[in-house]
Amino acid sequence: MSRSRSKISQARIVFGIAVVAFAAFSILVPGFLSAGNVSRLLQNVSILGILAMGMALSIIGRGIDLSMVASMAVSVAWMLAEMNAGASFAHAFGFALLFSIAVGLINGVLIAYVEVPPIFATLAMGSAIYGFGRVFLLASDVNYLPDHWQWLNALATAAPLGVPVSVICFAAVCGVGHLFLRRAREGRYIYMMGDNPQAARITGVPLRLMIVAQYVLTSLVALVAGLLMAAIVATMNTRIVGSTYVYDIILVAVLGGISLSGGRGGAASVIVGTLLIGILLNGMTMMNLGYTTQNVIKALILLAALTIDSVVNPRDEQTSQQGDI
Amino acid sequence: MTTITRTLATAAALCLAVLAAPLAAQDASPSAGFYDALKGKKIGFVPIAMGFNETQAWRTAMERQAAALGYEVVVRDPNWSIEAGIQAINSLIEEKPDVLIIENIDNRSYNRLVQKAVAAGILTVQTQQRSEVVSDAYMGPDWNEMGRNAVDGIVQLCGAGSGKNGKVAIIQGALTAPASLLQMQGITEALKAHPEITIVSNQAADWDATKAYQIASTVLKQEPDICGIAGFWDVADAGIASAVKEAGLQGKVAVITSGSGARESACDKITAGDFAFYTSYNTAGQGRDLNAIIRTLLQTRPAPGSKPFDLVSPLIRITKDTMTPSSCWTLDELKQIGG
Repeated sequence: MSRSRSKISQARIVFGIAVVAFAAFSILVPGFLSAGNVSRLLQNVSILGILAMGMALSIIGRGIDLSMVASMAVSVAWMLAEMNAGASFAHAFGFALLFSIAVGLINGVLIAYVEVPPIFATLAMGSAIYGFGRVFLLASDVNYLPDHWQWLNALATAAPLGVPVSVICFAAVCGVGHLFLRRAREGRYIYMMGDNPQAARITGVPLRLMIVAQYVLTSLVALVAGLLMAAIVATMNTRIVGSTYVYDIILVAVLGGISLSGGRGGAASVIVGTLLIGILLNGMTMMNLGYTTQNVIKALILLAALTIDSVVNPRDEQTSQQGDI
Repeated sequence: MTTITRTLATAAALCLAVLAAPLAAQDASPSAGFYDALKGKKIGFVPIAMGFNETQAWRTAMERQAAALGYEVVVRDPNWSIEAGIQAINSLIEEKPDVLIIENIDNRSYNRLVQKAVAAGILTVQTQQRSEVVSDAYMGPDWNEMGRNAVDGIVQLCGAGSGKNGKVAIIQGALTAPASLLQMQGITEALKAHPEITIVSNQAADWDATKAYQIASTVLKQEPDICGIAGFWDVADAGIASAVKEAGLQGKVAVITSGSGARESACDKITAGDFAFYTSYNTAGQGRDLNAIIRTLLQTRPAPGSKPFDLVSPLIRITKDTMTPSSCWTLDELKQIGG
């Protein structure tokens, strides 16, 4: 737990880089600093941020969920397919909800009881979910929001008092995530599990049950992000499962200081990581930089953040943990 | 029976006999070898992925004809993965189908495999994006022409005489794909004649609606007085339309796009005002073209690679004003009527 107590945490370093990037773009790119653009910037990364909060829940508990994008895409695409077939919203949403709970349960049981390492269990589950969805649930990769549900699109793209709905959702998910992790007993358990699972078990944490709960939560957060994504773009393309999106999600979480070995970081890490990525993407798009150039710069910034962290907070016998990656 | 009716009956019988005579004299239509050339044959098909309009339409059309003429279509779906595609093509070459249909993912990845298939004596067809390697047939649009069409749309909506400022953003597909590359070439060439058009932003969204949405919405914040945004594929450009709608600029910022002409991704969105100008390569027609290629190759049986030909897909421009009930197609219709 030493890293979160050290004065210059990774979250602070990344926040510093974000401030510098923000200042640089404000000077270099005309129009970057406008209120409209800043809210746009936040809006464009809020879905990524929500997913990163879900990923954070599993990473802090010393897990990882690589099936998150598949779970999100297939559950929401199935919901849209059902709506297109004439199902009511409650009915279609109920299916999506049950589907994502089922995915979380299977992930959790595989990891907690069958003791498959999370990285393999969820990697395989990702393919299994996508395959199952495409074979049994969905006729096509692309599923459109039906016409008479366009009000969902209107709702998701509204901006009460100038704050876009997706940013409100991101703030809400982070707020709930923060309260859960810091105030709820189960939230503290997740840190204990991440820091030292054996010790957590000895002190009475219901380890296996908590692992299952953790993956169900992650899957539910993915559903929230998916609903928002489908409502904003008015489609859900399950091809996203095959993309590198899941790495972007991990990037945001890790960037803000959520250690892949568990037990460290929190909602603040997610917010800081999301902000930095948002600023970079928005600024680089406005500078009309190409997609590949953007990826290179994004990767370099991640390496820079990790290098600074490694120099400022060097690993030693006291700070390293068993199972450190 | 009266004399009159008897005479009429005789006259009618004579007429029928006269009419029927040439039919009876002819061989059965079609020619004797037609059915035999197709019956029991095997067609291999490796798309980019099975789950979208284009490939679903081709498959539906091909399977319909296969069922009617008694041959088999084997589909191997690599689901957007080049590696899986290479494996799929390799395994199909081993199985020696009579015709192998490959949808290229770019202009290079499958080059050696196309050569290998041709060398193995398999009649090989490339669809939608042509690689540099020669095979027996190419079926797909002329992407340069697609680009020129997009410019026509841009000029019509934003150029001289439209009363607009001519500011346009372009959101491409994947930079390495010929569909994107050649289309951009066509646009650049055609825009030389239209100095009133300025490209204020040019980015790639990797055929992805969410990415297209994010780029479009950022561009709209930066250049709120923009006149139009041109995308390269309707499925991804639904994201552009969402961004325009969200910015409250529908009707002010025109979305110019292109694609398969499937009803839900094309005509429905044109009716809704999401897309202002649409160029369709009419995938239903492409399905029919593919079927024509299969029928032709199996009847003529050229030595593989010896007589390559292209069936370039005719383009259809669709706007709210020019749209007719037959401008678009649906998969259900295709299942009934074929390509």
